[in-house]
Amino acid sequence: MAIIERSTPQVALPLVEVPVTASSTFGVLKRPVAATGWKSWLFTVDHKKIGIMYGAAAMFFFVLGGIEALLIRLQLAAPNGKVLNADVYNQMFTMHATTMVFLFVMPMAAAFANYFIPLQIGARDVAFPRLNAFGLWALISGGIFLNLAWFLGGAADGGWFMYAPNSGPVFSPTHGIDFWALGLQITGIASLAGAINLIVTLLNMRAPGMSLMRLPIFSWMALVVQFLLLFAVPVITVALFLLTFQRNFGATFFDVSAGADPLLWQHLFWIFGHPEVYILVLPSFGIVSEVLPVFSRKPLFGYPFVVFSGAAIGFVGWGVWAHHMFASGLGPVSVAVFSMTTMLIAVPTGVKIVNWTLTLWGGKLWFTTAMKFSIALIVLFTIGGLSGVTHAVAPADTQQTDTYYIVAHLHYVLFGGAVLGLFSGFYYWWPKVFGKMLSERIGTWNFWLMVIGMNLTFGPMHILGLQGQPRRMYIWTEARAGEGFFNLGFWNLVSSIGAFVIASGVLLFLINVVRTARSGIPAPLDPWDSRSLEWMTTNPPKEHNFDVIPTVHHLDEFFHRKYKEGDNGEMVKIKTAEEILTEQEQAADKHIHMPSPSYWPLVLALGLPITAYGVIYSIPIAVFGGFVILFAAFGLGLEPATAKDTDFDPPTDTDATSGEVVPVD
Amino acid sequence: MTDAAVHNDAEHNVHASSSGISNVKLGMWLFLGSECLLFGGLISTYMLYRGRVGQGPTPSQVFDIPFTSVSSFVLLMSSLTMVLAVSSATKKDDRGTTLWLTVTALLGATFVGGQVYEFTAFKSEGLGFGTSLFGSSFYTLTGFHGVHVTVGIIMLMALVGVVQRGEIPGSKAETIEMIGLYWHFVDIVWIVIFTLIYLIPV
Amino acid sequence: MDRYFYTHLSNSGLTVTNTATHTPNTGHGMSNAGYVRIALILGIITALEVSTYYVDFGPLFLPALLIMMSIKFVMVVSYFMHLKFDNKLFSMMFYSGLILAIGVYSAALATFKFFLS
Repeated sequence: MAIIERSTPQVALPLVEVPVTASSTFGVLKRPVAATGWKSWLFTVDHKKIGIMYGAAAMFFFVLGGIEALLIRLQLAAPNGKVLNADVYNQMFTMHATTMVFLFVMPMAAAFANYFIPLQIGARDVAFPRLNAFGLWALISGGIFLNLAWFLGGAADGGWFMYAPNSGPVFSPTHGIDFWALGLQITGIASLAGAINLIVTLLNMRAPGMSLMRLPIFSWMALVVQFLLLFAVPVITVALFLLTFQRNFGATFFDVSAGADPLLWQHLFWIFGHPEVYILVLPSFGIVSEVLPVFSRKPLFGYPFVVFSGAAIGFVGWGVWAHHMFASGLGPVSVAVFSMTTMLIAVPTGVKIVNWTLTLWGGKLWFTTAMKFSIALIVLFTIGGLSGVTHAVAPADTQQTDTYYIVAHLHYVLFGGAVLGLFSGFYYWWPKVFGKMLSERIGTWNFWLMVIGMNLTFGPMHILGLQGQPRRMYIWTEARAGEGFFNLGFWNLVSSIGAFVIASGVLLFLINVVRTARSGIPAPLDPWDSRSLEWMTTNPPKEHNFDVIPTVHHLDEFFHRKYKEGDNGEMVKIKTAEEILTEQEQAADKHIHMPSPSYWPLVLALGLPITAYGVIYSIPIAVFGGFVILFAAFGLGLEPATAKDTDFDPPTDTDATSGEVVPVD
Repeated sequence: MTDAAVHNDAEHNVHASSSGISNVKLGMWLFLGSECLLFGGLISTYMLYRGRVGQGPTPSQVFDIPFTSVSSFVLLMSSLTMVLAVSSATKKDDRGTTLWLTVTALLGATFVGGQVYEFTAFKSEGLGFGTSLFGSSFYTLTGFHGVHVTVGIIMLMALVGVVQRGEIPGSKAETIEMIGLYWHFVDIVWIVIFTLIYLIPV
Repeated sequence: MDRYFYTHLSNSGLTVTNTATHTPNTGHGMSNAGYVRIALILGIITALEVSTYYVDFGPLFLPALLIMMSIKFVMVVSYFMHLKFDNKLFSMMFYSGLILAIGVYSAALATFKFFLS
């Protein structure tokens, strides 16, 4: 359940760490109560810690997916590549895409959403904190489970879109695809749990006065994304179940000799898959919409248009999926319909590009690293969007499909869009989360290496595609490389060099992170003079986020608390962040209860891969896993969200762990 | 700090929400909205494949409409008893709540028992899981539904236990209402399945 | 959409709801007798549906069946699940999922020329 607020005045006590004895569930397991140390991370239900862990996990998988990409590019850098054989190459591009989409971009967006949504809406946590923790651990266990296949006979090798019947037991006999399908089911459950949680949070837990049209734009985009997840994840769930049943239990869903139609898989996958790409990019659009106004010293241009175009993208995105199937034999009527809807969806995206550009126009631009990444997104995503428009023209797509031209498009929108937006978010919000500023000097190098590298890698792929290089091609020879100097061979080499340039940029980012962690310089409370409520907190925010739940009177509420309109219409600063925060502390709520840590989310999340492993290897193990899930579900359901009052001992002067924060007098 | 009223979650309805709507109820409706996509996918798969019987039996050869009609009726009535349970809970009538929850669970179990009987009968008539596309889709769709009913029965039994114990985190009536929503959803899915799968001949 | 949130608040509306006065059901529930009546109607419609299996409805068969199914569906959702009496937001959440499901899956089946039989 949600946070309990008490505004009735109590006798104020000095700030004290109150020792808590654990309550017990089933009379057996005591409730965890640690406030420091690794236990406080493992059993936490605090959205901020969960957000950080999502981010760390996502970063790990980013590096993993990046290494997979580098191996691919090494294989294709020269003719007759000997780095990867055909079989391993198939696994490599399958896992590269799967990792980047499901284990990097989605969890990283979840990291930002989990950390910042409660702060942006003036709440103290999400609606279902333990469900939140469960989502995190399910993501991590699912991601690990997926990758176990590398060590157990080979990873999935059917491409991230896993078309049937190639993905069936006849053509893919190793267990790789089983690990893939079941691993994605687990991460899908995590996404669904997160979606329900964040929708309820955003609709139900906004601070007083925060109507939906005063919601910070990142939170708005996140809301659209959660609805997309809510409705799209079940579709891939069906597809993955059908695949698993075919592979493991003898069903005939994709058995062409039994009369099956392979297009069934394609439809189910892409009905999920197309909303999925908006799930990937909309959070970054939200981040950019936050960053650009701050560093242009202007409000976001056309806030309602940005909101409605985001919602429109989410809505129309459901009507375009078969543009991934133009060459599959759908027939001219279907192709024509989907071609038109695909052209339609360029419109709301274009609206956003216009609004961002007009936000910059006439602003007093401050080119921090965060700002650079956001501006780069506008440029590079537009390029990706333009190639996307060429795909919408179905006859043209017939030439482009399954070539590197598509690979170019998808990387421009995903790397140039989703990834650059996330990096913009890192540089923007790092001081708030970690209390320190990432180095701008290293950041500039990070930025240019990534952007130049990205264009070197994916720019030539447009040419490669039009020159005829198909996707999923594991090797090329001089004889087939074409005539002239600027042939397949040349552009493949350029592309591979670009990949390593990207890698060096990412390496610099990691170095930046480590150096910042080691440096002692704390960041100011409001280094960028920002506009939204998450900046009206300490660095990092206190466990309960806000001493006083703010009452919201404006969009960009924090900005309006710092600035008032002066005589000549210009904005005059009347308060600094530090002054506002001191006022809040003095008026702090007297009695704040936060939800208590819990074991059960972790246990529940561990039951899932056990069950999945059993489905592949041994049904008794699956049954055992089922019991773990049942046991943990009971534990979770019967446990109160906040540990009982009777668990609190009076304060002693021993070194204590705390479950309650009592604000200072 | 020792304000007892503060911790009485069980009695008053939990939280300050900006809308006045319960978090838990909104969460359940969102979940049910997403389940429409899940069952929609399974039903569509069935509709695509229902006529593809290969060498195996056709739907009309195995379906026993009178039998399934009775079990459909049983499930429908379990929705009524569920609503009566929620009604009792709102009136704080623990005995009534326990009674109706138990009856609902029993009716649900009867339905599942009927499904199990039906599956074994079909299997003995030659319709296995892998016999044909019709077989695979039929068992998957109705199996998923059956699993949902079973999970519902487990939750109902747990609720009975919790109501007996007397304490429950959150509002008792609301929790029972929430499980009730899940149960009714499972019923309406069956309304669709029964009509589309059983009553429309191939 | 905000108006669905604030319909039951008396003043300009953007204030915190007091926890103590909030009740779980915002609508007027039906009486037990009312629920039994709904169940009876549902039973009768079910019987009618089953009768289509035995009685020849001619070309009316499919529309009649689908309409009866839809009526039962909506009745359970509106009355047993209380959606008719609750905040419209719940209806929006549920029906958007339902309509989306019907929409995308019908479109997919249409590409298989399913509706041309």
